[in-house]
Amino acid sequence: MATILVVDDSASMRQMVEFTLKEAGHQVMVAEDGQVALNLAQGASADLVITDVNMPNMDGITLIKELRALPTYKFTPILTLTTESTTEKKMEGKGAGATGWIVKPFNPEKLLATVNKVLG
Amino acid sequence: METRTTSLTTVGARNSKRETVTEENLQYLTFNLAGESYGIDILRVQEIRGWMPVTKVPNAPVFVRGVMNLRGAIVPVVDLRLRFGLESVEYTKITVVIVVMVRSEQHGDRTIGMVVDGVSDVLNINNAAEIKDAPDFGAAVNTEFISGLVAMDSDMVMLLDVDRLLSIEEMFALENMRGTESRSVVAHAS
Amino acid sequence: MAIDIGQFVQTFFEESLEGLDVMEAGLLALQPGAADLEQINTIFRAAHSIKGGSGTFGFREVTGFTHVMETLLDQMRNGRLEVTGEAVNTLLESVDCLREMLVTLREKADIDEARVEELRTQLEQLLKQNEPAVGSAAPVAPSPQPPVSLQTAASPKQPAPDIPGWRIAFRPHPDLMHRGNDPVRIFRELSALGELTTLPDYRRLPSLADLKPEDCYLSWELELRGDASREAVAEVFAWVEDECDLRIEPLTESVSADEPELLTSSDLPEPPAPSEPSAASKPPAPSEPPKARVSAEEAQQGELVRERRKSAERRTSMAAADSSSIRVSIDKVDAVINLVGELITTQSMLSALGVDFEMGRLDKLHEALDQLDRNTRDLQEHVMRIRMLPVGSVFNRFPRIVHDVSEKLGKLVELRISGEQTEIDKTVIEKIGDPLVHLVRNSLDHGLEPPEERLRQGKPETGNIMLDAYHKSGSIFIEVSDDGRGLDREALLRKGLESGLLKPSEEYSDEQVYDLIFHPGLSTAKQISDVSGRGVGMDVVRRNIQDVGGNIQIASQAGFGTKITICLPLTLAILDGQLVTVGQDCYIIPLLSIIESVQARPEMINRVAGRSEVLRFRGQHLPIMRLYELFSAKGAVTDLQKGLLVVVEADGRQIGLFVDDLLGQQQVSIKSLEKNFRRVAGVAGATILGDGRVGLILDISGLVRINNTVL
Repeated sequence: MATILVVDDSASMRQMVEFTLKEAGHQVMVAEDGQVALNLAQGASADLVITDVNMPNMDGITLIKELRALPTYKFTPILTLTTESTTEKKMEGKGAGATGWIVKPFNPEKLLATVNKVLG
Repeated sequence: METRTTSLTTVGARNSKRETVTEENLQYLTFNLAGESYGIDILRVQEIRGWMPVTKVPNAPVFVRGVMNLRGAIVPVVDLRLRFGLESVEYTKITVVIVVMVRSEQHGDRTIGMVVDGVSDVLNINNAAEIKDAPDFGAAVNTEFISGLVAMDSDMVMLLDVDRLLSIEEMFALENMRGTESRSVVAHAS
Repeated sequence: MAIDIGQFVQTFFEESLEGLDVMEAGLLALQPGAADLEQINTIFRAAHSIKGGSGTFGFREVTGFTHVMETLLDQMRNGRLEVTGEAVNTLLESVDCLREMLVTLREKADIDEARVEELRTQLEQLLKQNEPAVGSAAPVAPSPQPPVSLQTAASPKQPAPDIPGWRIAFRPHPDLMHRGNDPVRIFRELSALGELTTLPDYRRLPSLADLKPEDCYLSWELELRGDASREAVAEVFAWVEDECDLRIEPLTESVSADEPELLTSSDLPEPPAPSEPSAASKPPAPSEPPKARVSAEEAQQGELVRERRKSAERRTSMAAADSSSIRVSIDKVDAVINLVGELITTQSMLSALGVDFEMGRLDKLHEALDQLDRNTRDLQEHVMRIRMLPVGSVFNRFPRIVHDVSEKLGKLVELRISGEQTEIDKTVIEKIGDPLVHLVRNSLDHGLEPPEERLRQGKPETGNIMLDAYHKSGSIFIEVSDDGRGLDREALLRKGLESGLLKPSEEYSDEQVYDLIFHPGLSTAKQISDVSGRGVGMDVVRRNIQDVGGNIQIASQAGFGTKITICLPLTLAILDGQLVTVGQDCYIIPLLSIIESVQARPEMINRVAGRSEVLRFRGQHLPIMRLYELFSAKGAVTDLQKGLLVVVEADGRQIGLFVDDLLGQQQVSIKSLEKNFRRVAGVAGATILGDGRVGLILDISGLVRINNTVL
């Protein structure tokens, strides 16, 4: 249905999210850090980006800023994966240009519900 | 085929060990040894070979003749006559080694060969009730490895439990108590 | 739709354990007082990942515990908390604890909750140190809270049943859509909660010329009828809180008692007070150099070192338990694939030759057979390499051990590692781990002197331990050396004489005296210290090394240090052997054990005490073992002068094996007797000889042991 770019430095998270989204029929691109994700994004467009914040090489915040500078990703929904539920962290993502967030831990159902909400 | 009625005492709960009891169609490979017929669960038989020279293993029980090369695997070979306490005979061209898969709790699966005189037919048993309990030969003879008796034509076939028959642990234990298994099981079966 | 994510749990465990290794290495490298920000970041990220993953996969205890660690690290990287030795140590212990937790969870066993609690308290203590001393807020929340309610007033969560719904005034700021938010989506979500009516307000729409297509100029009055709770409604707007003006009122015909709240981002509750950098707060843990002297505090922490060691041991056993899989570099796999290809070519060649073969083509046959020989050798070598791992995987546990133990003992130690890339067979690696740990501990405990003593001896304060690994003449050598006291030859000699192992009348070489170290029960340590004396003796170390076909030697110089050299076979699976005949049987003696083969002359043989025979060989007397007796071989040569004596060595002892004759030498692949049979004393394994028969490989160590017990 949609193409989703998933960025997280944890292999188990990537696998889990990729699996969940694919089961629901989406196309998935994965990257293990912001730099790889940016490279992917420059080559292909996605309907949604889900990214972790703390990653080596390029963190999520920087990635969001870079993505928003790309014409194809100006309005693409970008969600951050955050383990913090305090406002500070969520706002950090928003400040960089994220659309919203998903709080970890989340279960696959919640992930899909949020994705559906965003993709319509 | 007439059913024999016997008033024999059973040997403990031995019969409950019969692993194929849930299936109605039981198959046994029968073989000859010293004029008697025996059978083993065909699912445990890996292959049948002619006799080939084995390498002696030092300090093994007398019925372990040695080890042989089975396509690269080192497989011990047990002389069944000696295991039964009979006298060994010379191996000839028609002496047969049945290679069997033996299961043990501590050790897992082993591949072991046993030397017999010759191999006969496969015995199909459609009705588990045809298998009778093994007779109790008394304390002098250790018959833990006999899982039952069944009639085939006019013959009695003694069904053997390979896990007990070829248990390496038991063989070594046995060696330590040599003399217990002096009497032949065979003599009583007829 | 229920999705099973259990299949990813294993990956989570693997990567988390790796993450813990990263954290540990990072923490060990941290210099208190001069902390490297990037380093702390790396450690932080690792903790963060573990926290996230554990939450996702349902390991709540891990999440809670890791959260505290993460908070501590976060403060460190923000400069709000000093990186002290104490903090680093506590974090190291926490890493251990976490590792144990993960392993325990993976095995589906019970966690040691007391330990977790204990450490968590310690971590929280460290966090507290930075908070203002007076009336501070409650300690940073240890576990993640569910999304914070948008209402500051405490109110029940259930919907007020008598309210038919909500009236929502929604005025997005112009830039709401810049971040990818879309009012239409929000409305869709709302309409899932009840019946939604929207009333757009166009008043802010500029003229077409001034219209910026990316901006949002519309606002709406929304009515949502239904029994959704206020929280549910507010949550729909969670992402756009700060990009709009929002008012949610209960839907009634009259103004209700509830006060309307105009929510702006400033209304959102403050997160719990972050720790302030407190210049006036009490000083952190003693600011001594990391190579700490034993102070009261450190000694107290040292108590916990024992626990750390347990977890290092745990890690070893855990590593052992995990040994059923192996990571292989693609290059190795590719090499094997190529060689198999060549093998297939050779096979076709031989096949073709086999059709209507005639003697005229014998040359070609030889050629093809030579090629087959090369192919199989190459293939064998490369397949072996697949199971080879760099010895560094065993070496990398030592920085931690040296760090912990040296701290506990109050010694200054530097560890130098070289040759980590040297590759050894996986099974060998697994078996030498524990022996190496024991050797290093011995160096730390007995070998290296305390700083004052070293200074008195004119040595530098900091002692050195070196670990090295290299290949040489077909074997692997691992050296453990230190520049400490060295072995006390006199003390050993005394012990040897006392126990009767050595005779007073004889002269003993240094090697023979040092060899006493390997005898069980013969410790010369003044007190069996906690660190190295716990039932794992040097005899066990030697046994473990022998079990994998290796041997161990000690060299030492009093006052200068000790060097222990372990020699290991490249692989457990292949052996260079000397074939010998004993009666009708053929045995194989490992070439590495053979010193020399001699034809015995009468003057070389003595009888001792009427029974045992000895061979005079290069100035020594060696016991003779008649193999045909040991193995009950038939038809063997019994006259010592008509057969051959093969002098072999194991465990520093030499004996002469009496055989009939020597056959050729060949490389044999070792197969276990235990798979289908069981272990036989004096026999190391079996192999398939050229003629298809089985040949038994002798266990020289075992034979030496048998010989000793016989005496």
